[in-house]
Amino acid sequence: MSLTGRARRRRAVSAVMSGLAFSSVLLALVPVALILFFVVARGISALDLNFFTQLPKPVGETGGGMGNAILGSLMLIALGALFAVPVGILVGVYIVESGGTRLASLARFAADTLNGVPSIVIGIFVYAIAVLPFKTFNGFAGGLALGVMMIPIITRTTEELLRLVPMSLREGALALGATRGRAVFSVVLPAALPGIITGVVLALARIAGETAPLLFTSFGNQYWSSSLRQPTASLTVQVYNYAISPYDDWHRQAWAGALVLVSLVTLCSILARMATHRLQRMHHAA
Amino acid sequence: MPQIRTGATDRFFRLGTGSFALVLILIVVGIAVVLWNESILSIREFGLKFWVTERWDPVAGDFGALPFIWGTLYSSILALILATPVAIGIAVFLSELCPNRLRTPLVFLTELLAAIPSIVYGLWGIFVLVPAVRALQLSLPDWMTALPLFSGPPVGVSMLTAALVLAIMIVPFTASVAREVLKAVPMAQREGAYALGSTRWEATRVALHYARVGIVGAVMLGFGRALGETMAVTMVIGNDPKISWSLFAPQYTMAAVIANEFKEAVEELHLHALVEIGLVLFVITLIVNVASRLLIWNMTRERRPRRPITAVVPAEESAV
Amino acid sequence: MTRLTMRGWRATLAGACVIALGAGLAAQKQQINGAGATFPNPIYQKWFSEYNKLHPNIEINYQSIGSGGGIRQITNQTVFFGASDGPMTNDQLIAAPGKLLHFPTVLGAVVPTYNLPGVTAQLKFTGPLLADIFLGKITKWNDPAIAKVNPGVTLPSTNIAIAHRSDGSGTTYIWVDYLSKVSPEWKQKVGVATSVNWPVGLGGAGNEGVAGLVKNTPGALGYVELIYALQNSISYGVVQNQAGEFVKATLQSVTAAAAAASGSKMPADFRVSITNAEGKDAYPISSFTWMLFYENPKDKAQAKTMVDFMKWALTDGQKYCADLGYAPLPSEVVQLEMQALAKIKVQ
Repeated sequence: MSLTGRARRRRAVSAVMSGLAFSSVLLALVPVALILFFVVARGISALDLNFFTQLPKPVGETGGGMGNAILGSLMLIALGALFAVPVGILVGVYIVESGGTRLASLARFAADTLNGVPSIVIGIFVYAIAVLPFKTFNGFAGGLALGVMMIPIITRTTEELLRLVPMSLREGALALGATRGRAVFSVVLPAALPGIITGVVLALARIAGETAPLLFTSFGNQYWSSSLRQPTASLTVQVYNYAISPYDDWHRQAWAGALVLVSLVTLCSILARMATHRLQRMHHAA
Repeated sequence: MPQIRTGATDRFFRLGTGSFALVLILIVVGIAVVLWNESILSIREFGLKFWVTERWDPVAGDFGALPFIWGTLYSSILALILATPVAIGIAVFLSELCPNRLRTPLVFLTELLAAIPSIVYGLWGIFVLVPAVRALQLSLPDWMTALPLFSGPPVGVSMLTAALVLAIMIVPFTASVAREVLKAVPMAQREGAYALGSTRWEATRVALHYARVGIVGAVMLGFGRALGETMAVTMVIGNDPKISWSLFAPQYTMAAVIANEFKEAVEELHLHALVEIGLVLFVITLIVNVASRLLIWNMTRERRPRRPITAVVPAEESAV
Repeated sequence: MTRLTMRGWRATLAGACVIALGAGLAAQKQQINGAGATFPNPIYQKWFSEYNKLHPNIEINYQSIGSGGGIRQITNQTVFFGASDGPMTNDQLIAAPGKLLHFPTVLGAVVPTYNLPGVTAQLKFTGPLLADIFLGKITKWNDPAIAKVNPGVTLPSTNIAIAHRSDGSGTTYIWVDYLSKVSPEWKQKVGVATSVNWPVGLGGAGNEGVAGLVKNTPGALGYVELIYALQNSISYGVVQNQAGEFVKATLQSVTAAAAAASGSKMPADFRVSITNAEGKDAYPISSFTWMLFYENPKDKAQAKTMVDFMKWALTDGQKYCADLGYAPLPSEVVQLEMQALAKIKVQ
């Protein structure tokens, strides 16, 4: 084949491959569009004030809602974050600032491992340590399960961002007489904080949609949860229960619940994205 | 004087943060210990036979994990086959070929796909995908349904439906990790290729070749994710602990059986058998995840500073 | 944020916490947790909702996770009361940390539901026929065995897709208890329990899950509590009883079956099976469903509340049964139970 012939063929191949790559993007967008379409179309009709404020009604009675489940989910997520954010950040700090000790590498390995543990297995673990000994399903166990899942994500983000902070900042602080701890907490961490918060928001979005670890920890509740020592309703578990039921009214509510979940998660993703953009601009300006 | 004070508070800082690191390690160890303890009855009763027995009989107290291992592996591998080309295609497009203006919205959309909760996938799966698969099955010609791969009554809840849902779920995950890996390929590699007169695709191939270890790692991470997926799968797979090659047969995975039967296992042995399945799942995902992280870490290690997952671009680029 | 606003923030947060705590204390709600059978879930939810209207500070939280779950959780003492359609076996009772008592609450029927587009007639089944189908020996709807019992009905050649429970279920218990009585092969091969090794079929979670599977799958055959079939407008069949009659599940036919446990035939611990009952009007797949309480529970306050609730449920509560497709308990059973409730220690 002539030189130009080969060149033409290579360019053709390149065009085809580019086309394939683009079409794979389109292919991936199809399910996104389909899912969003169905969730919005079927969920929007059931999304009324009742949905957010009412308790579930017995089968056959209309007008029930998922108010307690939404509140329960918020409580569980907040509890999980309360546990996971300090632990995650401090572990991240240790891994980066401790100077590569054995404990640090073990902690890194543990974080990576924990990240890959299936959520149902975490449910078994938390059931054994936080439900059985107290002889009751409780919201604390559900929050703990969610928190355990958040820790590796937050640790990883903290670690990555702390590494990004230039050594000069640390050295400057130490030169001014600060202790290690002071240097980290007053200088380095605040510098990395916006990115860490982004990571926390992403972690929240991830666990907001979790169902499996809540099935046998926070269990479920038909009423408003007045105490986290009791079983607590959650949006995800409620959607699951309604989805597998045969009642049309419950199916509609399940779609509405799904819509709320997807909106929540999308919002968090948008916020995280916006924060990342801000960070990029800040860094480029610096 | 100030030196000693600094030393003491430094140690306090180390111990303080170090104790949290210890807590994390204890949690992971704790999971393994709990799984072992709560499955000990089943381990003693069945031993290694558990992994290869095809029986799940709560009445007779005879348990074997093989149907679930089969279902998990079959669905995950099938999902991997479906998802990997698409994921790599997306990664390639977004990192190599995409016009800058399109990049942000497309990346956002793929992230959105990753963020959709598993329960929503399950819900969509039950009401949209299951009827679709059923319709597909009914439309197949008879000679196809005679093959063992496509046999079985058109119920809709099946291995294929589960694999499809899993594939959709792991595409964005694998794509984003693969993208990270591709970004870690030094520009010099591509520039060298272009200098030698290669086309877009050929330069990309060079980058892919350079990043091949990391890409394998990304694919394996996706595989690990698929292995542990619970809710979406249990809603569409049919929950029948039978081993079958047919794509249209209802089957069962490890995570699904735990979700369905854990609260209700009345006999101690039944409960312990379920936890042992959890242990099996834990070990398998552990191996897959560790292996993939090692591969990726090896690949991206050369580049300093490390790329954060929030994709903040540092001011300096390491030039070769 | 300036220091001033931070302080302001903290004060607001603290104030909110105090208010919430105060509100919580003031409400003094008593929440009691129970879990178990999906079979009576519709009537239980109705009862707890109505009881809550009468006593607004009493919240009885019932999660329908299946009879197996009810037995497991009450044994683990992670709930205050359990609920099951299958009475606990002697082994299960021994495994519990304390003495457990059974209290029948309502009567119900399990019906064979199916999804056959184009077939409008109500199909007839016999016990042995159902057993053979569930054993996987009969795979198509137009099998001669089915046609024989349904003369004049055009049955399609669709494959039968069995839908059964994937979770531990009392509804399953009632179903397989019946199949074991009418089919020695079933009894020997599969047996009776809340969770069995099904020869064939798809698993759905809860009565809800099986009803959902049947409703969504053409050619499906499953078993659910009567109310689930009625509320979802799923077709269900009539079953031949011991006397040879094809009986439809109704309040009357279920009550007729309960006569099998009348008088001296009701054991003191109320654990009795009434499937395949004698009598020409009896529906053969009927059963009691029970609530499970410890004789000596730890929380005496909750015990008192639940005993009061039971007294209401066994009398006033029974009037909600008919609308939901359950048969009320025979009055003599209620009398026996009122006496038995005194056994639960409330001090």
